[in-house]
Amino acid sequence: MHGLEQAGEILLLLVQTALWLLRPPWRMRLVFKQMEFVGVKSLNVTILTGAFTGGVFALQTYHGFSLFGAESLVGSTVALALARELGPVLTSLMVTGRAGSAMAAELGTMRVTEQIDALYVMAVNPVQYLVLPRVVASVVMLPLLTIVADFVGIMGGYVVGVHLLGINAGIFVAKIIEYVDPEDIMQGLFKAAIFGLILSLVGCFKGFYTYGGAEGVGRATTEAVVLASVTILAADYVLTALMF
Amino acid sequence: MAQPEAIIELRDIHKSFGAQKVLDGLSLLVPRGRITVIIGRSGGGKSVILKHMIGLIKPDRGQVLVDGQDIRPLDDREINQLRKRFGMLFQDAALFDSMTVFENVAFPLREHSRFNEKKIREVVEEKLGLVGLTGHGDKMPSQLSGGMRKRAGLARAIALEPEIILFDEPTTGLDPLMTDAINRLIKNTQAKLGITAVVISHDIQGAFQVAHQIAMLHQGRIIASGSPEAIRDSDDAVVQQFIHGRAEGPIEVL
Repeated sequence: MHGLEQAGEILLLLVQTALWLLRPPWRMRLVFKQMEFVGVKSLNVTILTGAFTGGVFALQTYHGFSLFGAESLVGSTVALALARELGPVLTSLMVTGRAGSAMAAELGTMRVTEQIDALYVMAVNPVQYLVLPRVVASVVMLPLLTIVADFVGIMGGYVVGVHLLGINAGIFVAKIIEYVDPEDIMQGLFKAAIFGLILSLVGCFKGFYTYGGAEGVGRATTEAVVLASVTILAADYVLTALMF
Repeated sequence: MAQPEAIIELRDIHKSFGAQKVLDGLSLLVPRGRITVIIGRSGGGKSVILKHMIGLIKPDRGQVLVDGQDIRPLDDREINQLRKRFGMLFQDAALFDSMTVFENVAFPLREHSRFNEKKIREVVEEKLGLVGLTGHGDKMPSQLSGGMRKRAGLARAIALEPEIILFDEPTTGLDPLMTDAINRLIKNTQAKLGITAVVISHDIQGAFQVAHQIAMLHQGRIIASGSPEAIRDSDDAVVQQFIHGRAEGPIEVL
């Protein structure tokens, strides 16, 4: 029952955010600031995640595929898995841990120190001032980060597959081109945008309704990461079932 | 003495948080252009009264009237119009900790005035000067002492020169000298700008120093209200116990 109530409240926050999207003033400065925070500052962690995921995936599939002489398909398998699943999902989970948690902590602190009340008192709507820029930035930046993760991941797979395991470079690349369609990548990016919406909305929601001082901020942060991660994985299943 | 016109009127306000009844049929008139100090015990719901006045909290029952208009049915836009007439100093100042002191004071101006950057700078410097913080504009709130934060919060609250300023425990936790300085600041600001001020306090000495009207909150109601002299001479045992700070009396302390 509590879960249902919470889902309803998050949806309400989504509706409010969407309504504010249509109403000026649009605070581009705040949006850019959040884009930098969510996007640019998540670049390192995205690159590391992508590279190692691509690498280990090449390693694992090689062991399996070499049993029946299908080593040539390692590249395309890695690329498909990254574009459709691992790129968007792992990127979103990493950004949830980095930025979603920070959103909950920042808004939570603002709540318990009455800064959110101060916004209301100064006739500035906190959903428009705090939540909207974070949600917009996340929806825009997650697909971009996913592109980076996909690309770096394939590079990682290439390094492991071609340089360490000795797969022919030409075949590795040719099979990727043969089997990976632009739609695979686009659908992955669409997922990433949805995951960006989930992680920012949940992070902001948990922060916005924080109560109970420093302990409350800690609780909000933890709950935001757990709830957003689980929701992303569940949404991934639903989106995949619908799209592919 | 003729009763001055009320700018804010609370009528029979009831408010509970969960099972705890905080306000129980509270009524209060806030006269225009005067300083009203609400005294009462910590945790007695004094802040809740202020938050009702500005629509941050809605009453379970009862009415909040500003200039005779009930604020409950107002929509977002109307309540924002109303809030622009208010300034509020929060208990811990509630400065935005991601901004400098200057940006904090400039915030309401950037949001709600059409001033250009030069004019904004001028107004902010003037307000910072008024609260004795000239030259501290570039600091972050975390670099300020408690008293300085309160003064910065006050500068932000008066930036748009509102008609009504609400002070939530402006002197709590300050040393006696800073307490006196803040009390003078409230008195001078009010006298200079002719505004209406509502001050929440349990600093009795300060209350008698600044107030035109004192109202005493006890068990969710205003049990006495009047001029400082009237309160001092009140024959209500509760009021007498509170203003003399005695542990024994009709109020159960422990």
